[in-house]
Amino acid sequence: MAGKDLSMLKDPMVDNNPITLQVLGICSALAVTSSLKVALVMAIAVTLVTAFSNFFISLLRNQIPSSIRIIVQMVIIASLVILVDQILKAYLYEISKTLSVFVGLIITNCIVMGRAEAYAMKNPPIPSFLDGIGNGLGYSLILLLVGVIRELFGAGSLFGVQILATVNNGGWYVPNGLLLLPPSAFFVIGLLIWGFRTWKPAQVEKREYKIMESEGAH
Amino acid sequence: MEGLLSLAVKAIFIENLALSFFLGMCTFLAVSKKVETALGLGISVVVVQALTVPINNVLYTTLLNDNALAWAGLEGTDLRFLGLISYIGVIAAVVQILEMFLDRYVPALYNALGIFLPLITVNCAIMGGSLFMVERDYNLGESSVYGISSGIGWALAITAMAGVREKLKYSDVPDGLQGLGITFITAGLMAMGFMAFSGVKL
Repeated sequence: MAGKDLSMLKDPMVDNNPITLQVLGICSALAVTSSLKVALVMAIAVTLVTAFSNFFISLLRNQIPSSIRIIVQMVIIASLVILVDQILKAYLYEISKTLSVFVGLIITNCIVMGRAEAYAMKNPPIPSFLDGIGNGLGYSLILLLVGVIRELFGAGSLFGVQILATVNNGGWYVPNGLLLLPPSAFFVIGLLIWGFRTWKPAQVEKREYKIMESEGAH
Repeated sequence: MEGLLSLAVKAIFIENLALSFFLGMCTFLAVSKKVETALGLGISVVVVQALTVPINNVLYTTLLNDNALAWAGLEGTDLRFLGLISYIGVIAAVVQILEMFLDRYVPALYNALGIFLPLITVNCAIMGGSLFMVERDYNLGESSVYGISSGIGWALAITAMAGVREKLKYSDVPDGLQGLGITFITAGLMAMGFMAFSGVKL
């Protein structure tokens, strides 16, 4: 694979991550991460949908009249999501029950729509496909990180396998129940963003107001 | 009647779309810098939600559900797999019609909401409302109430968030948390606040 293609896959993971930098697709990142297994299935589903919708939209990009492009994109994305939904219902029924409405919500996940609009409409199919995979992987990275943190410290397990023996089962670890509840997802992602931006200071947002240094404050 | 009232309270506070299901987060974080714009967006979400949830309910019960086409003489049909694409179609159409209607008859409101209306099509709170309606088997009355009150809940959350952020911009936040990071933490604290409503029953 040429270096350019590789960097197209790598860029969205750290330097231009869809969640921490582009602020896309946050709804599902928060809602499905209380267990790692569900997060993994969701990550795969979103990556596939993004890649294929990018591919098909890019194939059709010269035929789509720009006045109705949103509807056309929606139809393509919705058809792909229906496919994913049906496959999950057929082969992974339990997980599709836990994901409930969030599979359907991939349609309105801004990553899919955002990449279609920003990249696939202007570029040939193969690079668009790679761009879709890359952004899907960037999304998956955050999803899995949050999933690991929340399941490991919230329930003491990973993929449902007990890692830290909890007090209830005669072990030593007192699980932090808050991590299984909705608000913790906000905290974990907020802190992850802090970590990412400390590592890559170029991503820090500018202050709207500068606070005056008071004289002799030392 | 009491059932509907309790459903409304549940949809506004306890199962708040934004803070306990994280729906509509992209717009929730992007458009919550000023109270005025947040309120404008909130009101348009209430209107669209109040229209789309009942419409999708009618669509579901008369066309898509298992054996729903019996009234047309077609027994044993099951078009539920077409649900997702139909709901998004209805949402896009309602938003478009609402935009044209407001432009023609209520230009003042159109100018106030103008830029936000197209954004609403891809707001997952709207799609989520319709999907929850199907999943929980609401009837027409329940889905009308659910549509309006879940919209109000979302509007309440984004307006409160904007209020907090207006003050927050004057505070001394660490560099890495600036902007998005601190907004997430604030939303987390608000979600914890809203969790205090759980257990409230009418």
